[in-house]
Amino acid sequence: MTPLKPVGRARKVALGVAFFVLFVAAWSAATLGGFVSKTFLADPLTMLAEGWGLFAEHGFAKDVGITVWRVLGGFVLAAVLGVPLGIAMGAFKPVEAFFEPFVSFARYLPASAFIPLLILWAGIGEAQKLLVIFIGVFFQIVLMVAVTVGSTRRDLVEAAYTLGAGAHGIVRRVLLPNAAPQIAETLRLVLGWAWTYVIVAELIGASSGIGHMITDSQALLNTGQIIFGIIMIGLIGLVSDFAFKWANQRLFPWGLQ
Amino acid sequence: MHAVDRRARAAAAPGRPIVSKLVIDGVGRTFPGVNGGAPTLALTPISFDVADNDFITILGPSGCGKSTLLRIVAGLDRPTAGRVCLDGADVSGPGADRGMVFQSYTLFPWLTVEENVRFGLREKRMPAAEQADVARHWIHKVGLDGFARHYPKMLSGGMQQRTAIARALANAPKILLLDEPFGALDHQTRGLMQELLLGIWESEKTTVLFVTHDIEEAIFMASRVLVISARPGRIKADVAVTLPHPRHYTVKTTPGFSALKARLTEEIRAEALKVEGVVLPGG
Repeated sequence: MTPLKPVGRARKVALGVAFFVLFVAAWSAATLGGFVSKTFLADPLTMLAEGWGLFAEHGFAKDVGITVWRVLGGFVLAAVLGVPLGIAMGAFKPVEAFFEPFVSFARYLPASAFIPLLILWAGIGEAQKLLVIFIGVFFQIVLMVAVTVGSTRRDLVEAAYTLGAGAHGIVRRVLLPNAAPQIAETLRLVLGWAWTYVIVAELIGASSGIGHMITDSQALLNTGQIIFGIIMIGLIGLVSDFAFKWANQRLFPWGLQ
Repeated sequence: MHAVDRRARAAAAPGRPIVSKLVIDGVGRTFPGVNGGAPTLALTPISFDVADNDFITILGPSGCGKSTLLRIVAGLDRPTAGRVCLDGADVSGPGADRGMVFQSYTLFPWLTVEENVRFGLREKRMPAAEQADVARHWIHKVGLDGFARHYPKMLSGGMQQRTAIARALANAPKILLLDEPFGALDHQTRGLMQELLLGIWESEKTTVLFVTHDIEEAIFMASRVLVISARPGRIKADVAVTLPHPRHYTVKTTPGFSALKARLTEEIRAEALKVEGVVLPGG
């Protein structure tokens, strides 16, 4: 292998698929071959059967739907408030000086540790679930957007000034379009974290959702259902990731790649 | 030589009222010391006037403060002494009346060539149809017909700088400032760019201030060359270039050109030696 030498498209896909095949093969060998007890790890076939049962008999589609709704709700809420604040911080240094120390501190507060408090404040309804996700991702979005906007190339800003742009023009016509692809990339990354927080929120004090199903299955020692739930999350994450990447390339043809 | 004539004339008639587009009046720049260190003098206060439609090149070794001077004229940096006057008005910040082309590629990567050229026009709220006309004119002038819808990353370095020149001139600035605009280009491309810019100047007659460290470039483009000394920068020589227009690249091999080049080479070499602190064998 030559360092940094690109691989062809077909070969790249084949290599990527190969890992999944090897992974499932190793899992099958370990479980079906009798090396690991069924109590601890279900085999792939049982997992699929359990998954089918979840959808057919336990209305799992509704759980998946509600979890997706929570993730999107909390994520959109955080993005709608976080992106503008991040832009304001990146563009205007006094705004940054005002918010940055607090946001940097709040970023390290573990969202899951807020769950008991949030249950006290917001009950165990949807508001509490959305808040967990919001706390988990809002401060990250603010900080990453602020850094992106703040690191705009100075010579681009100066060029815009010499073309007659004022403060408003600089923000709207230079800082925003310049940061847009990176902001979209940040949101793609953060959406992944939102998925982690939703499951944590659903493990405690929830009566629906993928996380709730996983806790129920734990009580029954049904590892097949647990693994199916986890894989489900992975698949939804993968789909949303592809959708984001596709949209980014459409929206910002000049950008990343 | 005409260069000498001009200097003699200037000395004979000090303060003679001439139409000065741009007045640099005792402009100096000191950067504050870092970590309590001594402040750095980047530019000793210098003064000179620029006549309307003049093409002035500012020639100096790196670090002589010539870019600082240009940035002060553009309003991107503030002088710590003196003032800059354009058409009788003090310069206090950047503005559309002073177009600038930078050494680094500063096209907006998210805009096409045409949208880049229209950037300043849109900022002026010019009607869209008129914007399109102006953009088409300048894209044609810099020889980029057919590239209007290309994004900057699809263009070569020379094409990007041509677009940057079109973008600056589309704004109809009172003066065009260029900070080593061809410094990052290869030798052949640089030669072509010089001819293109000079051709535009010969047909449009705008006032130009062009910073470079390339002696040939300084002579070929200019009607007047200012040599700036090594840090702290001050004007070391003020040389008129009277080579005829339109100038063809072959002028670079004429005796008149060579004589100017020999003279400026001597001036600039002394400065370069000072900067590098080099003592050459036998010297």
